[in-house]
Amino acid sequence: MRYLPHTEQDISAMLDVIGVDSMDALFGMVPADNRRTAPLALPEPMTEWELNDWMDQLASRQPSRSEICSFLGAGSYAHHIPSVVPALLSRSEFFTAYTPYQPEVSQGTLQAIYEYQTLTARLLGMEVANASMYDGASSLAEALLMAIRVTKRNKIAVSKAIHPHYREVLRTYFDPTGFEIVELPFGEDGRTDLSQLGESADLAAVALQSPNFFGVIEDLSSWAETVHQDPKTLLVAAFSEALAFGLLKSPGECGADIVCGEGQSLGIPQSFGGPALGMLATRAKLQRNLPGRLVGRTVDSQERPGFVLTLATREQHIRREKATSNICTNQGLCALASTIYMASSGKTGLKQVAQLNHDKAEYLKSQLIGAGIPVRFSGPTFNEFVVTLPDGAYQKLLEQKIVAGLPLETFYSELKNAVLLCATEVTTREQIDTLVKEVQS
Amino acid sequence: MSRAGTPGLVFNEPLLWDIGSEGRVGLSIPRQDVPHTTPSGELTREDLDFPDLGEVDVVRHFTRLSQWNFGVDTGMYPLGSCTMKYNPKTNERQAALPGFSQAHPMLPESMAQGALQLMYDLQEFLAEITGLPAVSVQPAAGAQGELTGMLMIHHWHQARGRQKSKILIPDTAHGTNPASAALCGYTPVPVPSADHGMLAVDDVAAVMDEETAGIMITNPNTLGLFEEHIREIADLVHERGGLVYMDGANMNALMGMVDVRNLGVDVMHLNLHKTFSTPHGGGGPGSGPVCCTPELEPFLPVPRVVKGAESFHLESNYPESIGRLHAFYGNFGMQVRAYSYILSLGPLLKKVTELAVLNANYIKESLKDVLHLPYDRPCMHECVFNDEKQKDLKVTTLDMAKRLLDHGFHAPTVYFPLVVQGAIMIEPTETESKETLDQFIEAVRTILQEAETNPDLLHEAPRRTKVSRLDETAAARKPCLCG
Repeated sequence: MRYLPHTEQDISAMLDVIGVDSMDALFGMVPADNRRTAPLALPEPMTEWELNDWMDQLASRQPSRSEICSFLGAGSYAHHIPSVVPALLSRSEFFTAYTPYQPEVSQGTLQAIYEYQTLTARLLGMEVANASMYDGASSLAEALLMAIRVTKRNKIAVSKAIHPHYREVLRTYFDPTGFEIVELPFGEDGRTDLSQLGESADLAAVALQSPNFFGVIEDLSSWAETVHQDPKTLLVAAFSEALAFGLLKSPGECGADIVCGEGQSLGIPQSFGGPALGMLATRAKLQRNLPGRLVGRTVDSQERPGFVLTLATREQHIRREKATSNICTNQGLCALASTIYMASSGKTGLKQVAQLNHDKAEYLKSQLIGAGIPVRFSGPTFNEFVVTLPDGAYQKLLEQKIVAGLPLETFYSELKNAVLLCATEVTTREQIDTLVKEVQS
Repeated sequence: MSRAGTPGLVFNEPLLWDIGSEGRVGLSIPRQDVPHTTPSGELTREDLDFPDLGEVDVVRHFTRLSQWNFGVDTGMYPLGSCTMKYNPKTNERQAALPGFSQAHPMLPESMAQGALQLMYDLQEFLAEITGLPAVSVQPAAGAQGELTGMLMIHHWHQARGRQKSKILIPDTAHGTNPASAALCGYTPVPVPSADHGMLAVDDVAAVMDEETAGIMITNPNTLGLFEEHIREIADLVHERGGLVYMDGANMNALMGMVDVRNLGVDVMHLNLHKTFSTPHGGGGPGSGPVCCTPELEPFLPVPRVVKGAESFHLESNYPESIGRLHAFYGNFGMQVRAYSYILSLGPLLKKVTELAVLNANYIKESLKDVLHLPYDRPCMHECVFNDEKQKDLKVTTLDMAKRLLDHGFHAPTVYFPLVVQGAIMIEPTETESKETLDQFIEAVRTILQEAETNPDLLHEAPRRTKVSRLDETAAARKPCLCG
């Protein structure tokens, strides 16, 4: 086998050095009743050729982008990924390294993460970002656990317009803790209903997503004002579409205290939902409460600039059960991908791409309205919005290989026949026109 | 033959925002084929403080950065407990197939049959390899796998109407274990390992009481030793109403040799980025599937991939489930790579384990005359030395680790596990050849001679790297986390 370099001669020479006479004797420390008796019942090893053939077959059971016309978003977005991203990611010095425990031979990873932290903080309007979390959902859960640690309170309010899967993950993380979760309803404009906050006192945090699950841009500034009437309560702003901040005001500018969400849109393939990129950022005064890895700038023994992992005393391997989180490995390579993407787009490009997302979605929206399809919520949107389709239309479109977004009734029983549609810079006018035409027929 | 570095061409490279020029764009932007719109001014941002770079700027920047890194493809990376084995290139090809990489996670199931079958088959393979029949591949990393397992234990006790408050964690367990248990509200109770480096049944019996939910046991443990009494310990924990969690990060030592179910384990996690060759990526993404007994199966995270009469589908209707841990189905791209690895090796995974253990024991035997070996017993996939023999020379574990970088090797894991003072934890993995191991052994021996003849070579190491030792104290005292 090509990954196993040992010849028979190597093996016997090594066994001699060890002083045992067989491979089996090497495992003498494993008690007999712990042993496995049957051989591994796995398929015979495939040659690379056979493997390619089989994987091609499996992969072809999913339509690639050219084979269907999809308007799915809902937390996983089809965007253009420049070739430089996979090309640079596949540099195996990045790819096959681990967590930079030896900074002298990991400066590439460390500087890249430092750049990631910086660009993330700038994109989100915050002062400090960590080296990443698993995905948008775990980032939200960790942000809210952080808010509970910071405020020493044990109740949070969470908008029902946050991605339903994120809220499910939040419940999983919170279940054994006894912390209380209050859900905030949304109104006819698709925004979280601010008037419903009144009753809840002593909140550690209020969490909103913007653009929210319905694609609607929340009025974060008004929320910040209201939430901060209790000076201890933190406003946690989540997001599932990081690209929106190429165009929209950053959550930091609107007054958020912790910003968390999904960075998949920044150069990371959708890959059936993972790996993705949990982004997490906050104010400088809260930086020691952040979970996860942090890279800091320093100097070497000759005063040359360099980077190291820092503030490790927050982390599990030092502080054990009192750590800010149990996270160890993060999403290093995805953070690198997003850094390459943000560097490639720059300020100018990111703004243009974000604007184009808005334009495409607005075009889709106006064409559908023209075709008599009602938009469900009146609030402003970025690249996603909700419409109500005629009975049976979704299924009919699917038969023509048009995926007309995500049906929402599974998540919100009141939203019958509603679908969440997404158009990005890679959605063509032709695809939009096809959808609109087919909806009418 | 030494492969240590020569003065090669390594470039300095400024920070991203110190290069480029405003107005440059390194991205091909799709055509504007729809009318331009203007969102309300109160919604839009005025400025975004990003540098503008061209494609060449970006390519050179990250290429130069990459050259400052050491990876498995550069050389031997014997980082203990991290299983830095070779990451096969064919796995990358498979994960990049458009049908996988472009698949939206919420496609109608009829359009996602290949991905679902892959996840299902991978679960079956992992069940076969561990001996534990029920599997979820959703956890996104080892630590999230630990959390999943702990949540399952928590929910199991809850379902039986008797929640517990404590969990036993041996001092030779992985560092993440206490934090994972704490997230479930359990107070970790440390259990000391006995003189021979393994857990003794009596020590567990002394602390395993009515209030204890179970034990989190790393096997092989972080000393690289197989927990020889694990079955008796498991029986005891079960008798007293607890469950047994096994941290399976070191599964590379057990494949085809040990049936985890025979150990009395109820639930465990695996690290696809260790045992199953998916790349470590400079710190993730990983993947931490969880495997368990039929009794704990109802508690596995949802959604679960199930096989119907004619197709695969995602099922969330498990009322006792701990719930969801990931926005979608975990790190699918890593699952593809691990699946590709298992298909490439099949039953040869047993050979992987044999060679991993052979390599570790070969290093242990070849260095134990010059480095102190606190537990001189046959090891599994890794061996742990320390710097006791070098004390008089005023040379520490850190000095030796840094000097290894000059000799062209990545350093082992150092100062872990905590039970060994000044620990040097070496895990060669099976993909290193005998010649490479011999070069490594030679390098360590040379360094130990240098320690006697010219210890400053060690104190001032590394000298051949892009930067020398960095001031970590200053970094933590006045953190500069953002440029």
